[in-house]
Order: sequence, then structure tokens, then C-alpha cells
Amino acid sequence: MKKKEAQPRRHILPKSPTSIHGLDEITGGGLPKGRPTLVCGGAGCGKTLFAMEFLVRGATLYNEPGVFISFEETEKELTANVASLGFDLDALVERKKIWVEHIHVVRSEIEQSGEYDLEGLFIRIHHAVESIGAKRVVLDTIETLFSGLPNPQILRAELQRLLRWLKTKGVTTIITAERGEGSLTRQGMEEYVSDCVILLDHRVNEQSSIRRLRIVKYRGSTHGTNEYPFLIDEDGFSVLPVTSLGLNYFSSHERISTGIPRLDTMLSGKGYFRGSTVLVSGTAGTGKTSIAAQFVEAACKREERVLYFTFEESPSQLIRNMRSIGIDLEPWVKKGLLQFHATRPTLYGLETHLTTSIKLINKFAPNVVILDPINAFVMGENQTEVKTMLLRLVDFLKMKRVTAFFTSLSSADENMEITDVYISSLIDTWLLLRDIEIGGERNRGLYVLKSRGMAHSNQIREFRLTDHGIELLDVYVGADGVLTGSARLSQETKDEAEQLLRQQEILSKQFGLERKREAMEAQIVVLRSEFEAEESDALKVIGIEKARNERFTQDKVKMGKSRRGDVYIKPIGTKKKTINM
Amino acid sequence: MKIKHEILKTSRPKTRLVERKKRPAKARSDTWIFRLYVAGQTPKGVTAFNNLKEICEEQLKGKYQIHVIDLLKKPQIARDNQILAVPTLVRHSPLPVRKIIGDLSNRERVLVGLRLIEHSA
Repeated sequence: MKKKEAQPRRHILPKSPTSIHGLDEITGGGLPKGRPTLVCGGAGCGKTLFAMEFLVRGATLYNEPGVFISFEETEKELTANVASLGFDLDALVERKKIWVEHIHVVRSEIEQSGEYDLEGLFIRIHHAVESIGAKRVVLDTIETLFSGLPNPQILRAELQRLLRWLKTKGVTTIITAERGEGSLTRQGMEEYVSDCVILLDHRVNEQSSIRRLRIVKYRGSTHGTNEYPFLIDEDGFSVLPVTSLGLNYFSSHERISTGIPRLDTMLSGKGYFRGSTVLVSGTAGTGKTSIAAQFVEAACKREERVLYFTFEESPSQLIRNMRSIGIDLEPWVKKGLLQFHATRPTLYGLETHLTTSIKLINKFAPNVVILDPINAFVMGENQTEVKTMLLRLVDFLKMKRVTAFFTSLSSADENMEITDVYISSLIDTWLLLRDIEIGGERNRGLYVLKSRGMAHSNQIREFRLTDHGIELLDVYVGADGVLTGSARLSQETKDEAEQLLRQQEILSKQFGLERKREAMEAQIVVLRSEFEAEESDALKVIGIEKARNERFTQDKVKMGKSRRGDVYIKPIGTKKKTINM
Repeated sequence: MKIKHEILKTSRPKTRLVERKKRPAKARSDTWIFRLYVAGQTPKGVTAFNNLKEICEEQLKGKYQIHVIDLLKKPQIARDNQILAVPTLVRHSPLPVRKIIGDLSNRERVLVGLRLIEHSA
């Protein structure tokens, strides 16, 4: 309900798109249309270029012709200066898209006597605007007027009149001004130009320069308030508002192999997520680059494109070194699937690194990007800056669904988990390589410190570089702790011997038992045969007795018969019955 | 428009609006040639012209020319001659070219600016 009510009332300030990379995003569409914008900054921070690009883009992309009033550079100088950025000013001037006018003011040539006004300037601007039907006007740099003309009070009043006049003309104006000490501009121009103020800054930090842009004020419009780094290169001006992207990128469920089967297993059997950010950190010589190379090879085998930024090794050195562990990257380079980009981190500032990286990524459209190593950027106390740079890069890569693989060198004496804490939050899968020093030798251990969105293994694996790639082995975990390398081997042999012994014991015990059973069974047989003998004897006696008994009875009957007696002689067994009857 | 006529009236009888074609013939080496750039007939412009004329009559009688140029009519001239402030007086002859801006009400400054008198110490 609330939203519905609010919607129609929302008045959107008309804006004049600059088409300067990134600026339209942070200003929500461009500079205020038909109003003046103040661009201020120190010497060499890119004010003129900013203004010129605004005009040129307006003329070429939006069919809004522009007038450039230059108080400093002549027409010729300006044309030459911006030609290096790919702007053909002469052609635009010829086609009446751009009008460049140099206004020459030199104090020593001018004497003042009595009151004056700047009607001459008005007439010139008016004439220029009318001649080409300009929609955009640039005044660069207004301060020159103050140094060139006497009586600042008159100038101030006249400038105010000029700005009002430009506003009524409905032209979008950029006024550039030098930055003053303690204030935005030297002449307090910000008091007059109140619609939009953009501050450009150029500072040097740890010997590398960083250009930044900030929107100080934008009346009637929301805008990004941060300091945004920007770059001036052969494509002109570009602001990097990548941080404004936010966290609304699409997350893939697709899994891609790490190139190391057992590592895949450790990552719940399938490897990294596509589009995730992987960090491998470890001390020197733990095999970070090798893991990266293994991943590169796996990606190339899947016909994916890989862009490899290397900040420490040259591509040929890297290829040579990886060949020693059985990974040949050269065919992939030749096939065009793998591209190396080797620069020293000190070559230029972080922002330039970031923008060149983004440009290269846009151009090459890789599926996988490797940065080896990221902490090469960390110099002195610029960790936060490195983090913001990486944050922007990670956001950018995530948006592009590119899998990012970073390596990071940790120093041995620090706690490794803490060393990289400044980027931890950016990382989806973090593999930690560490030295395990036992028994006078150094071995490599690998474990998964974290891996978002999967049930990863909690085991430490021994990590071995063999001539056929990386191998992960189980480490020996026993009563004596974790053992690796030859310690693991010797412990394993020891264990085997012990086991053999135990097995023999069991065997002998089993044998003894068997013997006992046999003895018992033999006894049973003897007893049975004794019993059987007794039994047969007893039966025999019984038989004889029976037979005798029978015979006795028969004899008695026979006797009776022979005596002719009538006495019934009852057979022996029925005696009782007879008595009862 | 009214003011414009006044300027023309005051200037015409004497030396003003010498035809450009004729100028080279007429101009002697010691002729002072002034151009006064104005933007329409503003009070400042009129004041400037009157002040200039007064000075010229007094200092350079008979050997000066004043050309009044209205930038509103010919805006291109402002660009060609790098005119910014109005009114601007430019002395084209004798060389070097000198520029004075303002309504020329500060008489002493005009004289100094035109090197008609030396700097007052």
C-alpha cells in the first residue's frame, strides 16, 4: 500500500547521461539536466578530460551538441590533448557537434578603469550555443577568470548571473574549478553551483597514484556517496563503481573439478563451485602455484578459457616450472584457451591493476581467472585498499560467473589463518597449505579451511608434488600425532611389524584351541567305546537271563503235563494277576 | 535603441564611424586608433564612450579614431578579438595593443593605461 502511494509522487530529476563508464551508475543516470555541475579537483586530476568526455559522448551518443569554453588551453592544444584518448575533436567541430572556444585572459594585458561586466563572455557563449544548438556547455577552468580579471566582486556577481542565465537556457553545464585549501574550490564556487558537485582527487600512496571521484552533493537525487576510484586511459575516463553491484549475483550449483581427484573428494566429491572464489594460501614453496596450474589444466581440458595473472613469475618460467611436475600448459596457450598476463604489482596503482584486469577479463571472457599471488599487492599498510580492490574484482567476477582462484603467500611466523583474515570474508573455498616439520624434514600438508555450501573434509592430507602432478596422501595419524613423509613411512613399517606379530599370536592361540578341542573329542570317543562295551555286556547278560527264565517256565509246563496234573502253572510274569483273581 | 541613437549622434559629427576602406588612407602614422567594444546600448557603454571621447578631445585632438563595435550584432568579433568583459577599449595604434576594461570612469587609470601620462609615482 505504502509503495503504491509513494510511486506516483516520486519525481525523477531529469538527467543528462555522461556515458562515462560507471559514473551514470553512481549518479543514477548522469548529471542534472539543464543545470550546472561543478567539477573540482587539484591540478592534473582529470577535470578537463572529464568535462571533455561529457561533451564528446553527448555529441556522439545522444546527439546533444556541446560547447567547450576553455580559459586555459587553446583549441589546438585541446584537440591534441584529447586525441590521445581517441576523441577526434576536429571532426566533431567540423560537423558542428562541438564548439571549442578558447578565451584568452592575461592579467598583464588588461587595465581596468571603472565598472565592467562579462557581457562579452555571455555573448560569446550565447553565440556558440546558438551556432550549433548546444545542449551541453563546459567552462574550464573558471578560476582563470579570477586571476585574469581585476575586481573579484564584479566577477562573482557576474558568474552568478552567468549560471542563472545558463540555467534559463536549459543547457547542462559543467564548470571546472581548482581545489582550494580547506574548501572545495579556491574561489568558493561551490556556493554558486549548488546542484551537483563532483570532487576529483589524485593522491599518491606508497609511490603509486590513485585517482578517486566523489559526489559531494547532488541536489534532488540519490547518489553513491563513496569515493570511487577512476582511471584515465586510452578509452577515456572510467569510474569503478563495482562496489555498488551489491550481493545479488546468481550463484551456480555447477561443480568443477580441481584437477586433483583426491581434492575433489575432499570437497564433497565434486570440486569447486563454478563462479566461486577459491583461495590457496600457504608459506613459501608449499605448492600454491602448482595447485593453480593443476586447476588451469583441468579447466583447459574442459575446453574452458583461463586468464592467468601472474605477479611474480614470467609466463615462460611458470610453464617451465610446471612442466617439472608433469603439467604442460604450453599447448593450452597455443590453443588460445590460456592467456597469461604478467605484471609487476608495483608497475602501477591498485586501481589501474583493477581496471586493466577488468578490461582484460571483459576482452578475453574467461571461465576461470587466476591471480597469483594476491598479496603481492600488499605493500605497507594498504591492506584495506587491497581488500576493497579484491572485493570489487570478486564482485565483478561473480557477476560474470567466472571462477576466481587466488593464491596468497603467508609468512611462516604468523598464524596463517590470521594472515589472510582481511580477505577471508570474500573467499568461498579456502585451502590451506602448510609445512609440517618432523624428523628433520619438511613436508606439505593440505587442508580445507572452509568451503561454503559443501560438506568438505576436515582431514589433513599430505600433499606431494610428483612428476605426474599433485598427489594427496593420507597422513599418519596415531598416538604420536600427525606424521608425514619418511616419518610416516617408518611409522607405517613399524606398525606393519607390530601387526604381523599380533597376527602370529592370534594364530598360535587359535591352534592351541584346536588342539584342545581335538583332545576333548578323542576323550569323548574313548568314553563312548567304553560305554558301548559295557552296554553290550549288560545286554548279553540280560538276554541270557531271559532265555533261562523262559526255559524254566517251559520246563515246568512240560513237567506238569507229564505228571498229568491239572494244576495250572501260571507263567512267571503273570503271578500277581493270578493272586488278585 | 534609444541609447544607441544617442551614441551615434554624439559621435558622428566628429571622428566616429570612419569607413574601414578609407581608414588606411586617412590614418596617419601618429593617428590613435581605438576600438570600443560594447554589448548593445547599455549605460556602461555610453559612459565609456563619453569618457573616452572626452579624454581624446583633450589629449589627442585631431589625431584619433574611435570605432564602436556592438558585439550583439557581430558576436563573432568577440571571439576573434578575445573580448570578454564589456565595455572593452582596445588601442590598436600606436602599438603595442592595449586593453582597458570598464566604463573608463577612472580617468587617471585610462591615461596611464593608454600611456598618455606616465605612472604617477
